[in-house]
Amino acid sequence: MKFSVTVTLKKDVLDPQGKVVQNTLVNMGMSNLKNIRQGKHFEIEVNENNQSTAEKKIDEMCKKLLVNLIIEDYKINKI
Amino acid sequence: MKISKQLIKKHGLKLEEFEHIKKLLNRDPNILELGIFSAMWNEHCSYKSSKIHLKKLPTKGKQVIQGPGENAGVIDIGDDDAIVFKIESHNHPSYIEPYQGAATGVGGILRDVFTMGARPIALLNSIHFGAPEHSKTKSLLNGVVSGIGGYGNCIGIPTVAGETKFNKTYNENILVNAMAVGHANKDKIFYSKAKGLNKSVVYVGSKTGRDGIHGASMASAEFDENSEEKKPTVQVGDPFTEKLLMEACLELMKDNSIISIQDMGAAGLTSSSVEMAYKGGLGIELELSKVPCREENMTPYEMMLSESQERMLIILEDGKEKDAKKIFDKWDLDFVVIGKTTNTNNLTLKFNDKIEGEIPIEALSSKAPIYDRKWIKKKPQKKEINLKNLKKIKFEDALIKIISSPNNSNKSWITDQYDQSVMCDTAQKSGSDAAVIRIHNRDKAIAVSVDSSANYCNSHPVTGGKQIVCENWRNLIAVGAKPLAITNCLNFGNPENKEIMGEFAECLEGIKEACEFLNYPVVSGNVSFYNGTNKKNIFPTPVIGGVGLIKKLSKPINHIFKKDNSKLILIGKTFGHLEQSCFLNENYSINEGLPPEINLLNEKNNGETLLRLINKNLILSSHDISDGGLITALAEMCMSSNYGAKILKPKKLTNMFKYFFGEDQARYVVEIEDNNLPKVEKILRENDVYYENIGFTQNKYLEIEGELKISTKDLFKINNQWYNNY
Amino acid sequence: MRSSIIVFPGSNCDRDIKVALEKMQFKNQMVWHKETKLPKSDLIVIPGGFSYGDYLRSGAIAGKSLIIDEVVKAANSGCLILGICNGFQILTETGLLKGTLLRNKDLKFINKDIHIKVLNNNTKFTNKYKKKQILKINIAHNEGNFFTDPVHIEKLKKEDLIAFKYCDENGNIDKNSNPNGSLDNIAGIFNEKKNILGMMPHPERMIDEMISNTDGVNLFSSLLN
Repeated sequence: MKFSVTVTLKKDVLDPQGKVVQNTLVNMGMSNLKNIRQGKHFEIEVNENNQSTAEKKIDEMCKKLLVNLIIEDYKINKI
Repeated sequence: MKISKQLIKKHGLKLEEFEHIKKLLNRDPNILELGIFSAMWNEHCSYKSSKIHLKKLPTKGKQVIQGPGENAGVIDIGDDDAIVFKIESHNHPSYIEPYQGAATGVGGILRDVFTMGARPIALLNSIHFGAPEHSKTKSLLNGVVSGIGGYGNCIGIPTVAGETKFNKTYNENILVNAMAVGHANKDKIFYSKAKGLNKSVVYVGSKTGRDGIHGASMASAEFDENSEEKKPTVQVGDPFTEKLLMEACLELMKDNSIISIQDMGAAGLTSSSVEMAYKGGLGIELELSKVPCREENMTPYEMMLSESQERMLIILEDGKEKDAKKIFDKWDLDFVVIGKTTNTNNLTLKFNDKIEGEIPIEALSSKAPIYDRKWIKKKPQKKEINLKNLKKIKFEDALIKIISSPNNSNKSWITDQYDQSVMCDTAQKSGSDAAVIRIHNRDKAIAVSVDSSANYCNSHPVTGGKQIVCENWRNLIAVGAKPLAITNCLNFGNPENKEIMGEFAECLEGIKEACEFLNYPVVSGNVSFYNGTNKKNIFPTPVIGGVGLIKKLSKPINHIFKKDNSKLILIGKTFGHLEQSCFLNENYSINEGLPPEINLLNEKNNGETLLRLINKNLILSSHDISDGGLITALAEMCMSSNYGAKILKPKKLTNMFKYFFGEDQARYVVEIEDNNLPKVEKILRENDVYYENIGFTQNKYLEIEGELKISTKDLFKINNQWYNNY
Repeated sequence: MRSSIIVFPGSNCDRDIKVALEKMQFKNQMVWHKETKLPKSDLIVIPGGFSYGDYLRSGAIAGKSLIIDEVVKAANSGCLILGICNGFQILTETGLLKGTLLRNKDLKFINKDIHIKVLNNNTKFTNKYKKKQILKINIAHNEGNFFTDPVHIEKLKKEDLIAFKYCDENGNIDKNSNPNGSLDNIAGIFNEKKNILGMMPHPERMIDEMISNTDGVNLFSSLLN
């Protein structure tokens, strides 16, 4: 089973990269741009046929390694 | 909103302190005002538990331009040059989020230096972790080192020296102390004292977010199981913005627009505005709706307590706003007039013209509580370790145990992650007793080093305090620098505990004594209390950061053996003191007993004489003797150079282990050209310096007559394993 | 000889290269990235550092500055362009040099004195070096791992466009002497016309005996030749 995990910074946390990318795009002429936040995307395949079990495994991976729970949030979606 | 007892506690204030606030205001504070008091009255900002003791430290000298009390200390290094430096802690945030905690620690200390008009030229750090086996240590080590490198490298300031130590005392509470050193023109130092009425108060730098609200309060609270809940108080650093901010400020400082300037560090806008007003004997009025915000709908409370990084507060001369704004626009930074100085002596906070809070400045500063906390002297554990009672070990194995230990292994794994060469003035990188930075476009250079000895301080705080100052002093002498002044970071446990307060008082007593004797004053520093978890406090860990001057830089002196067959001299007397030594700690896990005694007269005399020898070009290499004693110092000189040494069996020998592993102080090993020996000996004798001819350098092997023969290559291999394997 | 150094927000090594060029008697000017015109230059240097914090991708954002259009124009008219470290990254982002610089193989920032071998000493940048000369030089980077497609690699080899390769102190080019995992140990490359050099090591850090060594001097003397 394949899943995608999107990791983003928590709402109140400073995103230095997003800030600079946003300014650069605005300077390049994209004036309607309101906000950009930069995150990470993982695609994970597991040997598991039961979706609920698989999701639990992915969740564990996120909590243990992929996500810095102090400053990041994450969403798991089945692909 | 009613102020409940719980709310007071949540703000880190005691009920008595709240009553004190009510008296000062003549009414109850509102929630905004409560927040402001909680920020200004916490330990980190007010120094309420330490002020009384800190007053005793020697802070003056011919070389001192500015002592403690400003953003950083300033010393005169001759001609028009001044050095600005300070060390600060960021312990609690680094335990929670090691990368960002360490990174923002570096960011904060850099701002303290460039806010005074100095371009930062070097970074140092003193980092302490729990036992390597402890479950969190590896990730903390990785995170902290990456964070320090990530911030320092990005902003382009070389990280040139430091110390990294492991001790189970820090298992639940690591220490991350960051030190910055900057170069300024003696006549262009900027201070934080506000001057003049109706002057514009300008906010520059990054926008304000909800970062670290109550970080300063958190820094004063011990950790418990609920520490994980304290997460949202960690700030994210942005070294790129800091680089822009630094360049913009230094550019603005070229003319006379700035009356005063202060960085927004702990307690952000609150502490910077209050301190500027307090020093100037003025009031300050802020219109908070003008504060550039990153998030929507921020309240005055959030704006005043936010610890968003990379921001400064500037008080400008009349008519200078337009030109100043041009500079900040060039660097893409916010520049907003958010208030003015007044003669009310109040901190007046308005939001959309309505007064949301008003507090007399002195209530937040001079009338903040000062505690003379009860303290008791530490009972000295006069235990003497008798080697005869210990399991016999081979001399070689004992040495190997030390040089392969986490605390004494080669730290390239760490230092290779720091750019040490950027700015092209690093004459001597980390690895020797001190780093040497050339002053740009000058012949002169400064030497810098950072040192601590938690074990010594824990076993006998007064001696420990003396020892760390002496060791730091020796490290600068060993590279040919005249020690000028220090900054100190005082990391201790809970000051409400009589024993901990006693450790603080006694360590300071030792530091005071050594600083006075050596003419080595304290020009800046930081106190970090409440380092402990669940009532278990860390060992007292005062850290000393020292700066010395090399008037004319030639190739710096270091601890690398230069030649084959040169003579080796041991300066200073060896008594063979093993208690509290690396030898006993690493080989037998024994850490009882008293640390070696300090003889300040010998420290001064031996050091000054060595400096004289170095200045006469009579020394090829030199090394201060500290952890692991004489044999460890010799091993380090061998490993760095690919030469070995042959050491003759000492004539008046009591015990080989005591002689070679003893950690007696005031000692150095020096390498001398064969034909310079008579000259050197004459000078040593003339100055009443005790010395011994211990042997000579040779190829390949470190040898002690009849006791040890180990190849330099093997020593190097053993010394370079630990970090790579960890 | 006239040189211009482009300064981006976050460039750190601009002062360092300025000092080196002036020491070697270049007539130098600093050019802020927001400028739309370049002063007349024989050499344009894009210095090391962390332009735009290395955010998004190292050199990506600097590569989109207005001044870069002028640099491209100058490059196409044969002006000499030198990109050091972050400068090399910026050159690849603009397409003036093909290939890309990836994260170091050990995923850590590395600051070390390493060795490189001069492979092509027949260019404006390297003519004062001997062929196969070994230089001791400083590197300091997070993303120094050079990578490109097989077609480009072939071209680099065939047309002698590889300027330097990482080696050990005896000149051996192998895995052990490769500090960051770069393809074929490549430390620096030329463009087709050989008027653009991109290199990860810092020659401007090797011009002063007091600080390091003088192995970098000949790069600048070559340019003056």
